[in-house]
Amino acid sequence: MYKNKITQALLLATGISFAATSFTTLAANVPDGVKLAAKQELVRGNGTEVASLDPQKTQGVPESHVIRDLLEGLVNQDAEGNIIPGVAKSWETADNKTFTFHLRKNAKWSNGDSVTAHDFVYSFQRAVDPATASPYAWYLDMTTMTNASDIIAGKKDKSALGVKAVDDYTFEVHLESAVPYFVMMMGHTTVKPVHRATVEKFGDEWTKPENFVGNGAFLVSNWVVNERIEMTPNEYYWDNAKTVLTKVTYLPIENQVSEMNRFFSGELDFTYEISNEHFKNLQKEHPESLAIKGSLCTYYYNFNTHKPPFDDLRVRKAVSYAINRNVVANILLGQGQKPAYFLTPEIISDFSPELPAYGKMTQKERDTKAQALLAAAGYNQSNPLKFSLLYNTSENHKKLAVAIGSMWKKTLGAEVTLENQEWKTYLQSKKQGDFEAARAGWCGDYNEPSTFTSLMEGSNTTGGIHYKSAEYDDLIKRGIETTSASERKELYYAQEALLAKDMPLAPIYQYVQTRLVNPHVGGYAGNNAEDKLYSKDMYIIAE
Amino acid sequence: MFKFILKRVIEAIPTMLILITVSFFLMRFAPGSPFSSERTLPPQIMENINAKYGLDKPVMEQYTTYLTNVVQGDLGPSFKYKDFTVNELVTAALPVSAKIGSFAFIFALFFGVAIGTIAALRQNTWIDYCVMSTAMLGIVMPSFVLAPVLIYIFSINLGFFPAGGWLDGSLQYMVLPVLGMAMMYVATFARITRGSMIETLNSPFIRTARAKGLSFSYIVLKHALKPAMLPVVSYMGPAFVGIITGSVVIETIFGLPGIGKLFVNAAFNRDYSLVMGITIIIGFLFILFNAIVDILLAYVDPKIRY
Repeated sequence: MYKNKITQALLLATGISFAATSFTTLAANVPDGVKLAAKQELVRGNGTEVASLDPQKTQGVPESHVIRDLLEGLVNQDAEGNIIPGVAKSWETADNKTFTFHLRKNAKWSNGDSVTAHDFVYSFQRAVDPATASPYAWYLDMTTMTNASDIIAGKKDKSALGVKAVDDYTFEVHLESAVPYFVMMMGHTTVKPVHRATVEKFGDEWTKPENFVGNGAFLVSNWVVNERIEMTPNEYYWDNAKTVLTKVTYLPIENQVSEMNRFFSGELDFTYEISNEHFKNLQKEHPESLAIKGSLCTYYYNFNTHKPPFDDLRVRKAVSYAINRNVVANILLGQGQKPAYFLTPEIISDFSPELPAYGKMTQKERDTKAQALLAAAGYNQSNPLKFSLLYNTSENHKKLAVAIGSMWKKTLGAEVTLENQEWKTYLQSKKQGDFEAARAGWCGDYNEPSTFTSLMEGSNTTGGIHYKSAEYDDLIKRGIETTSASERKELYYAQEALLAKDMPLAPIYQYVQTRLVNPHVGGYAGNNAEDKLYSKDMYIIAE
Repeated sequence: MFKFILKRVIEAIPTMLILITVSFFLMRFAPGSPFSSERTLPPQIMENINAKYGLDKPVMEQYTTYLTNVVQGDLGPSFKYKDFTVNELVTAALPVSAKIGSFAFIFALFFGVAIGTIAALRQNTWIDYCVMSTAMLGIVMPSFVLAPVLIYIFSINLGFFPAGGWLDGSLQYMVLPVLGMAMMYVATFARITRGSMIETLNSPFIRTARAKGLSFSYIVLKHALKPAMLPVVSYMGPAFVGIITGSVVIETIFGLPGIGKLFVNAAFNRDYSLVMGITIIIGFLFILFNAIVDILLAYVDPKIRY
C-alpha cells in the first residue's frame, strides 16, 4: 500500500535531486548514503500497447520507451539530455557529411556475438528497404543519408545506402548534405541495430521472448499483449555491472484513471502520464509523487491556407492573435505549460526561439490588432467570420477548443463550429485537406530545431502541404545545405520569423510531461526534454 | 437431433459468409487507414507499406484472398501489432475473457436465479422489494461506475486485491473484475426469474398440484422451477457469448489482456485483419451458443421437439 508520508518523501526527494544533479551517469550510479531496497524491480506505466519491438517497424513513443531498454544504438542520452556514447565509444567528422563511429569492442549481443559495424550497416539498410515497409524510413532520408530517398522509392538497391563497415569496429556514414546534428539524430529508435542472424531466421517472429536477441541493458522475458512486458538484465551488456534493477515491467494502461489507481495501490512505480482533471488534486495531496518536466513538444492549430477563410493572411493573423495563450497555459492547463508564439519549443537545446512582435504585445493590444485585421478582411457584425475547428476526440482538446472558440467569439464575433472526429477519421480529414482549422501537436524526434521547422516544408505531408511557401522551403533548403552552424541558427530564426509573418499555424502552448513517480525510484531523469528514460540508470531506494 | 444439428450447420454457412462480407467492406469504407499517424507518411513509404500488406491490390482481390485464407483457418497478420498474427492475438486474448466471463456467468446465474426465485415466492413483501430494488440498482449501475468503486474500496483503501492486471489469471486478480462484470447479469437473471416464476406459480397446473395437497417446496422445485427457467435459458445463450467475449469497460479499467479491449482498439486502429478475425470468432460463438440454447430448450420445454 502506498502511504502519503510527506517528511519521508521530502527526504527521499532530496536524495533523488542530489542524484540527478550530482552525477552525469552512464548507468545507475547510486549516490553514497542511499540505501538500496532488497527488491530491485521497477514497474513502469507505458500508455498504450506497443505496436512492435522491432525498431525498424515502430513509430510511437511507448515503443521507443521499451526498445530503449532492449537495444542500444550508436549513442545514448544522459539524465540532462546530453548525447553520450552508446555502442560507439567515439566519433569524428571533418565536414559534417562523413561521420566515422568507433564502436566499443566489448559491446555484445545477448547471445554472446559481438556488436559490429556490419550490424549497423544491415540495420540502416533494413530501415530504408521497401520490403521492411518501415513507417519511419523517412527519418533516414531526413538525415540526407546518401541514396536513402532513392532506395525508399525503389529506384536503387539498399546496398547503395551511404553506410559502410570500414572494419568490424569502424562504422562510416555518408550524407548528401552537411548535417552537424547528425550524431544527435542517431539516438532515435529507428536507427537501433538488430541482430541479423536472428531476424533472418525468425522473420516477423524475432521479437518474441523465446527468439529475441538484443544488445541493450535488458532482455524481454515475457510479453502478454495488452497486459505486460517483462525484462531481465542482459548479462552480455557491456555495462551490465552497473545495472541495479533485476526486473523491469512495462504495463500498457491507456486509461489515465486506471493507471493512477494502480499507482496508488502500489502496483506501479511511475505512470506514463496523469489526467488533467486530477492534476490539481494530486498537487495538493501527493506533491511528493508529482514529477513535472518540460517536454520537447508544441501544441498548435493548423490553418488550411488553400481554402477560405484562411487563404487570407489577415484572417489567419486575426484568429491567431485573438487566442489568449496565457489563459490557456496558466489557467486552463496550469501544470507548468508555457504559452507558445513559435513552433520550436524553448526547451530545445542550443537555440532560443525569438518572441515575434505579436508575442511581445499585451493580450489587449493583440485583440485590438486582431479586430482591425478582421475588419480589413471584410468581416463585421453583419458578415461574421465563420469557420470550423477540427480536433480529434479527447476531453483535453475539447476543453481547449471550447475555451478558444469562446475567445474568438468574444473578440472577433466569429462563429466557430467545433468538429470532433475519432483519431483515424481526423487524420484522414487532415491528410486530404478537408478542414479549415485543425488541432495539431508535434514532439521532436531529436533535440534540434529542424525537427520542428521541417514540419512546414512544402512537401511535408503533416503540415507543409497546407502551407506551401517557396520562400519558406528555400530557407529550409539553405538550413540543410549550409556548413556554418551560426548561419544555420540564423536560418532557424528566419524560418520562425516567416512562420510568424505568414501564420500558417497558430502556436498555442509548449507541453510539459507530468507523471506520478514513487519517491523510492532513484535515477529518474527529471530533466530530459525528450523523455528518454533508461531503466538501466534507475534503482529502488529502501523505504 | 442429428438432423437439427446438420440443419444449423448448413444455416450457419451463409450467415457467416454474410457477416464476413459485410464487415470486410464496412471496414474498408471506414475513413482512415491502419497506417495513418500524426506524422502523415510520405506517399512512397505508404506505398511500400500497402504493398507489404496487400492493400495495393483491388478490393475484390483482397476480399477473395482473405476468404481463401479464412477457410484455411488463417486470419492473417495484424496490421497494428506487427509482431503477431491475428490467430496468435485471438488465441491469447479469448481465454482471458472466457475465464473471467465464465466465472462471472456462473456467479450471476446462481445468485440471479436464487434471489429471483426468493423474490417471487415472497412476492410483494419487504424481502421482494429489497431484493428487487437491489437488482434494479445492479442494472442501472454501469460497470464504469461500479468497477472504480470496487477498486477504491478493495484495492486502494483496504489493499485486499490488486487494482488491475492479470498475471496469468491468478485468483486475486480475478475477484474484482468478476464481481464488476457479474453484477449486471445477477440483476437481469433475478428479474427474469422472478417474473417467469410468478407467472408459472399462477398457472393452472400449479393450482392442480396444490389442490392435490403437495408441499409448497416440492411444487416449486419439482414442478415450477423447470418451466420458469424457459426465459432464463433463452437469455443464457446471448448472455454467455456476450460475457465471455469480454467487456471493453471491465478490461480497460482493470487492464486485462482480453478480447473485448482488443476488439475495440482494433476498430480504432483500423486494424482490418484483427477486427475481421474477432468478428468471425464472435459471430461463430453466437451461432454455436444459440444452437446449444435451442437444444437445452428442447430438454426443458416438452412442447419443443426437434
